[in-house]
Amino acid sequence: MSGTDDVTHIEEALPLEALPLDAWHRARGARMVGFAGYHMPIQYEGIMAEHGWTREHAGLFDVSHMGQISFSGEGVDDALEYLLPSDIKGLKPFRQRYSMLLDQDGGILDDLMVSRLGDDAFDGAAIYMVVNGATKYDDMGWMIEHLPDEVVMNHMADQALLALQGPEAGEALAALIPGTADLIFMQSGLFTWRGVSLWISRSGYTGEDGFEISIPADDVTLLADALCDLPQVKPIGLGARDSLRLEAGLPLYGHDLSPAVSTIGADLGFAIQKRRREEGGFIGHARVMKELADGPGAKRVGLTIEGRLPAREGATIHVGATQVGEVTSGGFAPTVGAPIAMGWVSLPHSAQGTALEIEVRGKRIAAMVAPMPFVPHRYRRKA
Amino acid sequence: MSRYFTDEHEWIDVEGEIATVGITDYAQEQLGDIVFVELPAEGTTFDKGDDAAVVESVKAASDVYAPISGEVVESNSALEDEPALVNSDAEEDGWFFKLRITDASELEGLMTEAAYKKFVAAL
Repeated sequence: MSGTDDVTHIEEALPLEALPLDAWHRARGARMVGFAGYHMPIQYEGIMAEHGWTREHAGLFDVSHMGQISFSGEGVDDALEYLLPSDIKGLKPFRQRYSMLLDQDGGILDDLMVSRLGDDAFDGAAIYMVVNGATKYDDMGWMIEHLPDEVVMNHMADQALLALQGPEAGEALAALIPGTADLIFMQSGLFTWRGVSLWISRSGYTGEDGFEISIPADDVTLLADALCDLPQVKPIGLGARDSLRLEAGLPLYGHDLSPAVSTIGADLGFAIQKRRREEGGFIGHARVMKELADGPGAKRVGLTIEGRLPAREGATIHVGATQVGEVTSGGFAPTVGAPIAMGWVSLPHSAQGTALEIEVRGKRIAAMVAPMPFVPHRYRRKA
Repeated sequence: MSRYFTDEHEWIDVEGEIATVGITDYAQEQLGDIVFVELPAEGTTFDKGDDAAVVESVKAASDVYAPISGEVVESNSALEDEPALVNSDAEEDGWFFKLRITDASELEGLMTEAAYKKFVAAL
């Protein structure tokens, strides 16, 4: 047997680094794979079981491979508004936004979360950013190049990052840190647990309620143990993280997003607030305005698939004899109970309900452009 | 009946001129949750090493090769409705297909159960 299209992109040729929880994962029976330059847990008891556990209870994900970066210094808001298409000046303390780095042509270099800090978190820095693990060094290189000298960018390589996700995440985290119960979706706060400072935001990558917790690497094992001692919490691997985010309709950088595609085509225009569209002043603005006016050439869409055969990344999408797109993420969706996919389809074929065909190993399977998310989001938007 | 194994993690039960082929328990464990199995049609002929089936786990698609040459006489239709049988019972009810053996001498190059266990232990 041999894997023909392993979507985890195992990078065995590169020397892999160990994350702070490396031994913890192995002790809990994780199967480790190479991902984003690190040894990471792909699964513990199995992807289906872990996926289901997260949808019903609370899953703990180690996402310490991601880049955690702080920004401070004079003019930091102006500098970041040049780098990011999102409204940074209007971002209130403890609030978080989804944003992205664009290149001069409006292509997507990475997608990210950006927050305004408060309470002197991270040595009093102004802004906190979380970027993808596989792209973090390229991102930092790009940002250094485009930031003025007055702005200090700090890669917080000694911070670990945990995500606690699922409908029972709120009660689980409140059992350890009661104040987190008051957070709402995309809000953050500085908390203390056993004398350790934690920066916690109510956000995640599963479509469920949950949190992302930044903690010094030296203390992360203690917190991971304390969380997994709770009856609601089990550790969850990268495999379920991918199937959960796909069901939630959330794009994965390097697969659904790349420098070859644009924000508007990616259906991520919500990340560019009205003032920024009108005023511009950020890298990639011209492409955004052109596509808002004329429409993008292609769009990122959700696809439901007939039958049980999964269509995976790279499968081509057709209408009759014409190729109209390509699958960028796909697989069996445990909560949906059927294969689903995300892909890019040329604009005339991208409307919801459009019947398409996907080619898998020489066979055509029936697919349809579907609304996303595939599984409803259950964020906690109100206190 | 004799059981043989390949280094591609398939097992082959031979009874007369018919060989039943499946993937090993080690293989299903490595693949994780299996959600779809694409099986060859009756009458398909394979040379040893040809792509014979595809097993799809939640994460990935993997090829299953014909461990010996032969003609497909039956595929396990139970896997259409319940692909997870490969996880729960890989080496019995989770069999993939049966071949009418073309060249019995090809069996000579395959591993015994003891040899396969040793092979897996070294992985």
